[in-house]
Amino acid sequence: MALSKEDVKKIATLARLELSEDELEKFSGQLSGILDYMESLNEVDTEGVEPISQVTGLENITFEDEVASCDYNEELIKQTPQDVQDNMIKVKSVF
Amino acid sequence: MENLTIAEANQGLKDGKFTSVELTQAYLEKAKADDLNSYISVTEEMALEQAKTADSKGDFTTPLTGIPMNLKDLVCVKGTQTTAGSKILKGFKPAYTADFAERLLNTGAVLLGKTNTDEFAMGGSNETSAYGPVKNPWDKERVPGGSSGGPAASVAADQAVYAIGSDTGGSIRQPASFCSTVGLKVTYGRVPRHGVTAYASSFDTIGPITKTVEDAAMVLNTIAGKSDKDSTTPDVDVPDYTKALNKDIKGIKVGVPKEFFAEGVEEETKKIVEAGIETLKALGAEVKEVSLPLTKYAIPAYYILVKSEASTNMARYDGVKYGHTTDDAKELLEIYMKSRGEGFGDEVKRAIMLGTYTLSAGYFDAYYLKAAKVRNLIKQEYEKMFEEVDVLATPVSPFPAFKIGEKIDDPVAMYSADILTTPINLAGVPALSVPAGFTEAGLPVGMQLIAKQFAEETLLHVGYAFEQATDFHTKRPS
Repeated sequence: MALSKEDVKKIATLARLELSEDELEKFSGQLSGILDYMESLNEVDTEGVEPISQVTGLENITFEDEVASCDYNEELIKQTPQDVQDNMIKVKSVF
Repeated sequence: MENLTIAEANQGLKDGKFTSVELTQAYLEKAKADDLNSYISVTEEMALEQAKTADSKGDFTTPLTGIPMNLKDLVCVKGTQTTAGSKILKGFKPAYTADFAERLLNTGAVLLGKTNTDEFAMGGSNETSAYGPVKNPWDKERVPGGSSGGPAASVAADQAVYAIGSDTGGSIRQPASFCSTVGLKVTYGRVPRHGVTAYASSFDTIGPITKTVEDAAMVLNTIAGKSDKDSTTPDVDVPDYTKALNKDIKGIKVGVPKEFFAEGVEEETKKIVEAGIETLKALGAEVKEVSLPLTKYAIPAYYILVKSEASTNMARYDGVKYGHTTDDAKELLEIYMKSRGEGFGDEVKRAIMLGTYTLSAGYFDAYYLKAAKVRNLIKQEYEKMFEEVDVLATPVSPFPAFKIGEKIDDPVAMYSADILTTPINLAGVPALSVPAGFTEAGLPVGMQLIAKQFAEETLLHVGYAFEQATDFHTKRPS
């Protein structure tokens, strides 16, 4: 599967990643190579096989939905590199 | 106070040969004199405080009390810089401590510092770290392996008594093998992941890197077990793992999967591991050749799944909540695009794009879903195998430590190097790397022992018997 520079740019935008022209060039070659390598999976017969996303067989782990205090609110807010106003993070406008 | 194991350091503290403060000072000196770049930060003040507390309590019945160690820099420790090897988290100080690290600190463990890692654990050579590559203490022109390169190099070079790393596709075992330390990759869910920066959440595991198998058992005793902060930790009893350390392995069934000795595995590596298997045989193990035919599909299945999971895990780094932000944004979208473009390195960018692609509409079935099915088949292949044998014995890596710079610009070559470790993560089973010898050039080679889910005791048992019968683990780099 060959990815063009335009394909890579589109994926990068979807992933909110700004790339330079040089990076677009480099990654389109590298990602195409990686995807080619992945193609070998098509040799495996997976007819009727369930896909799995975990391996220990756990199901529906639940806990009581209770209000609890968080003792580090202030420290979390302090971690922002943006301005803070009235305990809220101030970001740039959308437009 | 040279080359101490946990067991030896604990004995020294009990006998009053030295105090925890003296021991900690000795190791802080080594950590500060680090010429391998294994430490990203040294937490001297905290370490000395913890050591003082251990001394004032004076109770060393639990073996980790007062013993200096380090944590891979993916592990959150409240108020201590945690970079995950990334520029995007430079200066980031978490508001809480990882649950397993809390278990260690509660037992009186002393934190020397945070050690180097491939960026967000994505890499097998420690070269993707934004804080520079780590040097292998056996040959400084070579990589220590990765992603837990800092933890493994620091233990091999005696800059810590032990360390904690993480293993998503080989990141504890391969550096352990490259540096001649013991490295234990636990069953998925055996140790809580809470507070450990995520790479691929359904694969990530936390485990010890130590100088002996006994030490690994001691650390596991403290960090294993269900946590209410990680719902993927099954409620499986935590035994006293040190009770598994038994030299007698008569009748233990050892499988040798032929695919792990196939083309691409260097002759010298094969010979060293084959000699290791002969040692197990001489100790009374029943050895037979077996086959795991899906092994060659592990790499593509693994990389599709982990990069997919990684792309979603990396979405939280947005330049807003914490970490690096661009100083060149006029609107919100630019904060995201530029902060991420500036903050992430190449391998993380590749992971984000590959994962975004394989999860996107139109390609999801062909890549992600297909790989998730193959994962099931590989898991079943291992389940069946462990009806026949108790452990599998294989090489950890197809070759010993390679030169810094040798593979960094060739992602496919770098990914292929994980062929012998990634199947284990797909199956979710535990595996142990034990020192098994050295090449003619003096580079360490590890032997990988693999067992069924939650059979860490079997690994420690066989690993211990092997270690007692050999002396590779006693050799240290000069």
